[in-house]
Amino acid sequence: MAESLILIEHDRQQVKRPSLHAITLAQQLGGEYALLVLGHGMDGIAASLVSYGASAVVVADDPALAEPLADRYATVIAEAARKRGTKTILGTSSTFSKDVLPRAAALLDAPMITDVVAIEETDGSISYRRPINAGSMFAMVKVEGDRRVLTVRATAFEPPAANAAPCPISHFDFDAASLPNGMQFISREERKSDRPDLTEARVVVSGGRPLKDKETFERLVGGLADALGGAIGATRAAVDAGMAPNDYQIGQTGKIVAPELYIALGISGAIQHLAGIKDSRIIVAINKDPDAPIFQMATYALVGDLYQIVPQLIESIRRA
Amino acid sequence: MKILVSFKSVPDPNDVAVAGGAVSTPKSVINSFDEIAIEEALRIRERGEATEIVGATIGAPAVDEQIRAALAMGVDRAVRIDDSRALDPYAVSRILGAMVKKEAPHVVIMGKQAVDDDSNQVGQMLAGLLGWPQATFVSKIEFLDNKTRARCTRETDAGLEVVEVNLPAIITTDLRLNEPRYVSLPGLIKARRKPIEVLTCDQLGVTVRPLTTVLSIARPPKRAAGTRVESVEELITKLKQEAKVL
Ligand SMILES: Cc1cc2nc3c(=O)[nH]c(=O)nc-3n(C[C@H](O)[C@H](O)[C@H](O)COP(=O)(O)OP(=O)(O)OC[C@H]3O[C@@H](n4cnc5c(N)ncnc54)[C@H](O)[C@@H]3O)c2cc1C
Ligand SMILES: Nc1ncnc2c1ncn2[C@@H]1O[C@H](COP(=O)(O)O)[C@@H](O)[C@H]1O
Repeated sequence: MAESLILIEHDRQQVKRPSLHAITLAQQLGGEYALLVLGHGMDGIAASLVSYGASAVVVADDPALAEPLADRYATVIAEAARKRGTKTILGTSSTFSKDVLPRAAALLDAPMITDVVAIEETDGSISYRRPINAGSMFAMVKVEGDRRVLTVRATAFEPPAANAAPCPISHFDFDAASLPNGMQFISREERKSDRPDLTEARVVVSGGRPLKDKETFERLVGGLADALGGAIGATRAAVDAGMAPNDYQIGQTGKIVAPELYIALGISGAIQHLAGIKDSRIIVAINKDPDAPIFQMATYALVGDLYQIVPQLIESIRRA
Repeated sequence: MKILVSFKSVPDPNDVAVAGGAVSTPKSVINSFDEIAIEEALRIRERGEATEIVGATIGAPAVDEQIRAALAMGVDRAVRIDDSRALDPYAVSRILGAMVKKEAPHVVIMGKQAVDDDSNQVGQMLAGLLGWPQATFVSKIEFLDNKTRARCTRETDAGLEVVEVNLPAIITTDLRLNEPRYVSLPGLIKARRKPIEVLTCDQLGVTVRPLTTVLSIARPPKRAAGTRVESVEELITKLKQEAKVL
């Protein structure tokens, strides 16, 4: 069975932990797998990846790859897949892999399946389960042809163990001068937060439209999140109104979370939002409308005005 | 400048159901992200930076209703590529690739994802097939240097990012790029007189076959109905003793 190739995401300092969850799917598919890292100055990151049971950590390290520009990244990924004879290329769903992997698939003339949450084997052929229509349904999908690209939902696969004997690190040689040159990186918003990462947090507190403005959102949603050591999320309505930055958006077109505890403050429960929180273990909803759709999904429902309830909650948690 | 916008007809997200293992579609609409793409093209034309907007969609004759809606919004011409198969994103991008070669636009603006299949693939695949630059998940577009480049703000998992792409390029839209206009009655009436061009894959010289097939569709298991709590104290007690998350 041919080796799979897993694209690993990083922020130039360290590996993004959810991107490791694709390894777990590769293990379920069986056969060997290699981890692929693209960037510049990748020695530390490559070294941190040697214990995940891969046959190799393959590193494409070059100043031309310092920023994740899709035209260059997809070219290098496709070239690596061709040279290694890779049949299955995997990544974890994120804006990074959604940007570069479909392009790499096209360069390989390969089909792609987005957001795999499970696989099933019948009569030796594998089909893939994935959410569609904002997670209101699941489709079982089959793929023809021998090459394919898959992205996985991090929340649907456990993180892999890092207890294997160290594997070799190999450098992937390519001709940097012949890479496409039509995209330029200009800038990235740098925001530092002391709060845990949304997609990895044990507790997520989210706010919706009635939080009014940035200050109120921070005071109530931020205040409760801090009392619980949690991360902050938001609905599209809250992001559109400028209460929270875009990367806090949870849902069909935002982030997918599956914390132990999800607390929804003033959120109606549109399917597009529910798409991102369905797999949370405990969902608490606080909403003044007893008929809000979010209550159909909540483990604990508290009807009332969040402006009264949230300060009391913060107070009781801090006291405890 | 000539802009090509692609759009997909999708089941109205507020009104989808599963019946007999398939998604039933009482009503179809233009995919939300494609409406945003059309709106952006109109704004670019309105500020004098574009002269022509061509719309393209792949589907059966039933999608003519969404083509009318696009024309009513203000798209100049629309083409339906007649294909009623269940295509996958790779097949769609191959067909759109042939359309792009035929129309030779300066930029393609399209939705980042179709809200029925939620694939988020076609724009990137199209860019790869054409060898064009891409700017995905875009919430702001500005044209620079006599419209030879576009500066785009992208919504990423780590916050906003700015890239520049040489034209021609593929741009895919995110929610905050704009708020699409409503279709006006005069627009609708005018749209009825605009012709819909119909092409086949054969005429475009492209042979494709979907490589992914949906075998079945099912509703996910429902979450068990929850408990109503009456006070903050009761909530905290439940979270501690029953749920054991505090
Ligand atoms: C293509 C597309 C993609 C989308 N993607 C996403 C996505 O990824 N994520 C997302 O979140 N949305 C998404 N949306 C938007 C989604 O459809 C909803 O519009 C949005 O989630 C609503 O946000 P909200 O719950 O904050 O606001 P609303 O729906 O306005 O709900 C506000 C709620 O607050 C309650 N409330 C008001 N005042 C108080 C108070 N004082 N105390 C307690 N409760 C109060 C109200 O009863 C109401 O239930 C998408 C939409 C489209 C069309
Ligand atoms: N049948 C189609 N006809 C025209 N455009 C399409 C079609 N399917 C997908 N697209 C375009 O591709 C984008 C992304 O779709 P997807 O990759 O399927 O999520 C959509 O927003 C459309 O602009």
